[in-house]
Amino acid sequence: MINYIIQRVVHAVIIIVLVSLAVFLLIRMLPGDPIEIIVSQNTLASYGPEYYDQLAHEYGLDRPVMIQFVDWFGNIIRGEFGNSILHNFNIGEQIKDRLTVTLLLGLTAFVISFIVGPLLGIISAIRRGTWIDNLVTVVANIGITAPTFWIGILLIYFVGLKAGLLPLYGYTLPWTDLGLSIRQSIMPIIVIALSPIASSARQMRSSVLEVLNEDYVRTAWAKGLKEKAVIYKHVMKNSLMPVITLQGTMLRQIIGGQVVVETVFVIPGLGKMMVDAFLSNDYPVVQAVTLVMTIVVVISSLVVDFLYGWIDPRIQYE
Amino acid sequence: MGRLLTVTGLSTEFRTERGVVKAVDNVSYHVDESEIIGLVGESGCGKSVSQLSIMRLIPDPPGRVVAGTAVFDGVDLLQFKRDSSEICEIRGNKMSMVFQEPMTSLNPAMTIGRQMAEVMLVHMNIDKNEARERAENMLMQVGIPDPGKRLDDYPHQLSGGMRQRVMVGMSMLCDPKMIIADEATTALDATIQAQLLELMYEMVNKYHTALIMVTHNLGIVARYAHRINVMYAGRIIESGTVKAIWANPMHPYTEGLLSCVPKLGEKLLSIKGMPPSLINRPPTCAFLSRCRYRNSGCFSEPARELTHVEGQHSTACNRRLEAAGL
Ligand SMILES: Nc1ncnc2c1ncn2[C@@H]1O[C@H](COP(=O)(O)OP(=O)(O)O)[C@@H](O)[C@H]1O
Ligand SMILES: [Mg+2]
Repeated sequence: MINYIIQRVVHAVIIIVLVSLAVFLLIRMLPGDPIEIIVSQNTLASYGPEYYDQLAHEYGLDRPVMIQFVDWFGNIIRGEFGNSILHNFNIGEQIKDRLTVTLLLGLTAFVISFIVGPLLGIISAIRRGTWIDNLVTVVANIGITAPTFWIGILLIYFVGLKAGLLPLYGYTLPWTDLGLSIRQSIMPIIVIALSPIASSARQMRSSVLEVLNEDYVRTAWAKGLKEKAVIYKHVMKNSLMPVITLQGTMLRQIIGGQVVVETVFVIPGLGKMMVDAFLSNDYPVVQAVTLVMTIVVVISSLVVDFLYGWIDPRIQYE
Repeated sequence: MGRLLTVTGLSTEFRTERGVVKAVDNVSYHVDESEIIGLVGESGCGKSVSQLSIMRLIPDPPGRVVAGTAVFDGVDLLQFKRDSSEICEIRGNKMSMVFQEPMTSLNPAMTIGRQMAEVMLVHMNIDKNEARERAENMLMQVGIPDPGKRLDDYPHQLSGGMRQRVMVGMSMLCDPKMIIADEATTALDATIQAQLLELMYEMVNKYHTALIMVTHNLGIVARYAHRINVMYAGRIIESGTVKAIWANPMHPYTEGLLSCVPKLGEKLLSIKGMPPSLINRPPTCAFLSRCRYRNSGCFSEPARELTHVEGQHSTACNRRLEAAGL
């Protein structure tokens, strides 16, 4: 068990370093760089190429890429994310605020999808062929196929603009104004959670139908358990297992979905920060945000794995 | 010995895409208190379905009990719905079942102890600690070493034989009046099979429990059962004491089964030919195509019902009944 944990953590660290390196290299291969933007923004004063070189030297961007990487990574380990090249804010502080927003939204969406999805799946499996099963199937298919941004825009248009039920955009922290925070979160969370709910519901439905035919469920009936006890004690946990393996993918889907949703709903989260940084080629911001996102993804995968091992006694960590 | 179970005219069907499968067709039999009954027949002849029917465990759809009564301990079980509270009170309590598949019949995500305790907590007025104690005691009785530790094991940590011992123990926890063992030992290898049969025999003797031993091996039943019902194509075609059937099988199918009983160390033989389809069966004898004794009458007469011949011995063979003047 201890060995397994150490092994998993080592893997996680390797993944984090590799992803950081890849992003570090890739962003430098893309056309355009932050210095160019600074130079072009200052069109009034006509700077020459010497100014470009001078700035590049100032930010250390004229050194070999590997040296830049080692230097940057060293700073990160010391907890220093540095400053934005373009806007000069402290990246660490900015990330702290935005990560809070992103985690609040993402975790809420995840918890909701992990409860609602399997629940819908169970209901539709047990009431197979009824209107409720058909309804769940249709909604699940929409949830899986419809693009996130499209659903977001539809919601904003109908629920926000036409009906005026909920705020159109923005985000407030719950401890600043709980009521407003909840009202502002409803649409984004629906949009983020819809697809994971749909996938979990579908997986859960087929998994329950399979488990219902298992011999140990027949044994449970033969012991004289009532339907509720059979479902709750014998069907649920066993059908959840394949759904839990799916949750790693769901988490990545949620984090991916947040990048879009935060942009659509103008929410000051990590996803929006990443998009903005990418668009302006702000190297240190892009690097820091992707690093943090990678860490979040890796940690959540670890949690899902351990959750799976905890629920299925046959899994042995070796 | 009083009458415990009386099954009359039990018929169970499955609606499939290819037609209605008459898996059990007008079956009648009885079981006395603390009696051991063998139910024998080739696989697919409706043994399991007939037993699951009286336990009300037939999945519906596609299955349905279409006719019959099964009076157990004074109440007709077939009047109850599959998940009614009346039948739930009887299942696992007065009547329990041990299934064929030791590897898959226990919940893989629950400890042995909790699975055993569960059945007592449903039916008996005891708390968790007492249930655990009783479970441990039962594991000891069914010959599981170190029972206290095994309680916290999951099924995958036990061998097939051990799991089946757990199943046998679990079926006895509420002191049932009757146990149905549906091919309980078939999946195990010969030595373990013998040990387990011996164990079940000891247990039902000790607690005066009636036992229906369902198997396709007449040899197993002959050793332990008092009476035997032989099933073929959804019907009971011969019934009698072990002695009578062994000495004088009255149906050619039973004779065939007897000749299939393996001598020590031999492989189980099988009767030539295939059992008929249970969809759209003709009115003539179902064993006709495989029978050595058939004559022209067999091709024209409708198959007769199980008819009493002598003592406790009954058969459904038209020729034997004719010879006996019935
Ligand atoms: N769920 C089902 N759907 C359709 N047919 C079934 C089903 N279960 C059993 N049967 C049919 O019922 C017949 C009897 O099966 P069964 O009682 O299991 O035989 P066995 O004597 O081997 O226990 C078989 O021919 C089988 O095809
Ligand atoms: Mg069977």
